[in-house]
Amino acid sequence: MPEITKLIYKYLRHDKKFPHVWCPGCGTGIILGALIRAIDRTGYEKDNIVLVSGIGCSGRMPVYVDFNTLHTTHGRALTFATGIKLAKPHLKVIVIMGDGDAIAIGGNHFIHAARRNIDLTAIIVNNSIYGMTGGQYSPTTPYGMKATTALYNNIEQAFKISELAVTAGAVFVGRGTVYHAKLLDRLIEKAILKKGFGVVEVISHCHVQYGKHNRLGSAVDMMKWQRDNAVMVQQAKQLKPKELEEKIIIGVLADKELPIYQDEYEKLRERAKA
Amino acid sequence: MQGNEALVEGALIAGCRFFAGYPITPATEIAEIMSVKLPQVDGTFIQMEDEIASMGTIIGASLAGVKSMTATSGPGFSLMQENLGFACMAEVPCVVVDVMRVGPSTGIPTFASQGDVMQARWGTHGDHPIIVLAPSSVRECFDLTVKAFNFSEKYRTPVIVVFDEIVGHMREKVTLPRTGKVEVIDRIKPTVPPEWYIPYEDTTQGVPAMAVFGDGYRFHVTGLTHDIRGFPTLRPDEVGPFMNRIHRKITLGFPEIQMGEFFHLDDAEIAVIAYGSVARSARRAVIDAREKGMKVGLLKLMTLWPFMRAAIEKIIQHANVLIVPELNMGQISREVKRVNEGKAKVSTINRVDGLTITPQEILKRIREVS
Repeated sequence: MPEITKLIYKYLRHDKKFPHVWCPGCGTGIILGALIRAIDRTGYEKDNIVLVSGIGCSGRMPVYVDFNTLHTTHGRALTFATGIKLAKPHLKVIVIMGDGDAIAIGGNHFIHAARRNIDLTAIIVNNSIYGMTGGQYSPTTPYGMKATTALYNNIEQAFKISELAVTAGAVFVGRGTVYHAKLLDRLIEKAILKKGFGVVEVISHCHVQYGKHNRLGSAVDMMKWQRDNAVMVQQAKQLKPKELEEKIIIGVLADKELPIYQDEYEKLRERAKA
Repeated sequence: MQGNEALVEGALIAGCRFFAGYPITPATEIAEIMSVKLPQVDGTFIQMEDEIASMGTIIGASLAGVKSMTATSGPGFSLMQENLGFACMAEVPCVVVDVMRVGPSTGIPTFASQGDVMQARWGTHGDHPIIVLAPSSVRECFDLTVKAFNFSEKYRTPVIVVFDEIVGHMREKVTLPRTGKVEVIDRIKPTVPPEWYIPYEDTTQGVPAMAVFGDGYRFHVTGLTHDIRGFPTLRPDEVGPFMNRIHRKITLGFPEIQMGEFFHLDDAEIAVIAYGSVARSARRAVIDAREKGMKVGLLKLMTLWPFMRAAIEKIIQHANVLIVPELNMGQISREVKRVNEGKAKVSTINRVDGLTITPQEILKRIREVS
């Protein structure tokens, strides 16, 4: 049996919940693949993994995988995950969110989870659009682009998710694309193994909504754009700010140590009992 | 001790080991005391970034097997409504406390109100069953919080405890029972192996066994309508039975869930129906009226929702006037009128200016209607 088939049998609810809801060519399936491969390499038992999601295309991911799975309300995945992690610290809690989920409606939870340094892994699918609701502009839609609620072009500036995560205090921040699949595997693996709040932002494509409204071509065309516009973080250091405009910096953007909430709370408990 | 303090004692004895909240007057004492006491008993307190987060976090903790609660007041309670609906839909036990202050909006943070009674019933969208308890004394803050946890575990549902600021901040001398002297109910866990476990299976009581994340059952939880396996479904033949079951499980529990105190009601021609701090004024008024020879009784509602229709139907067999005093523009009195179906005269006393309704006001009304 090929390796990929073994992983499908081991980790997917392959006999229960397929076919999936994602459009043909969607990047979310590649991210699911990367997540499964990364989890397999970390060696975590399925019973000890909780996959939590919000609402949107990415929100459907948990239902397909054979872990403890939770599909929460829009933007609130990190809050539910916080409760699970603090109640059962031995569980590995991974949170999958979209750009609207994590940065618009759930932006407050995102920065505070990072600030607290709760031991969670947040994977953010950034496709620059609200896909499931039909292509409205999101906080990561670039200035000047089109969406169904920005037919006269988007007049807002886009959030830079990874940079926001670094500033808010996340101890691990990585950015990848669905084109750079092997890098994505490694980033997710590192984020899972890192103790503390880890973030992986994945630049994905929504050719059905974002691509269509902005005439960016097929899924393949949009992935080629990722290939041509991504710059590894080491390489980016050699380039001038002018040269980095319009580019996506990928790789590990932050990897540091800060006190972890659960460890600090354990010490607090000892003080409370003394 | 204060009502808010007694509530914490009740929560802890009922097994609450997780609290997430956001500071708000007049519920802050609950969070402050929880932050001191929970870590002493290996529990967890966390102050979240807002009430939306607080509600999500307690649901997460409950799914991981820990009894959890949050406490707030009107503005925060409004923010909790969406996730409260999630807890109804996914059948996650948890307790939400709303110490009511004058609204709408910021209103009067430090004055009493009973304006959230309908929000507690219908605040979240969609049809859903809910249990709402309303203590009127410091001791009842303890007792009804224990009940709230027990009901939430037994029926796999969020339970809301609402009381006005007066009850929350009132100090009374109480003797509280010790651990072991209080009935504590825990959720039913599955006894079958994981491969046989059906997370949302119908049972005679309508309450499925609840596995804990991490115990090997690896099930799915969603706020979408779901089939018995917990997976999203749009099929009317699966959605219908599910929605009926979550209502049926509460309906079957009416006899124990619906709690009230029946005071001098046996021969009452005039019945006062009240709850929270107003029930205390009503009790005084009834005692005074009885001394004057008037046949007056009191139904003190300790459970607001599901509404105690049967009790009121019994009262109106001989009472011809129902007086409903409350600190709002008439929220429970609407329910009383609905159940009454025009049989008795319903007389309302309403205050929304932050002051309470005095025994004298109720006694005056008793005289007027007799």
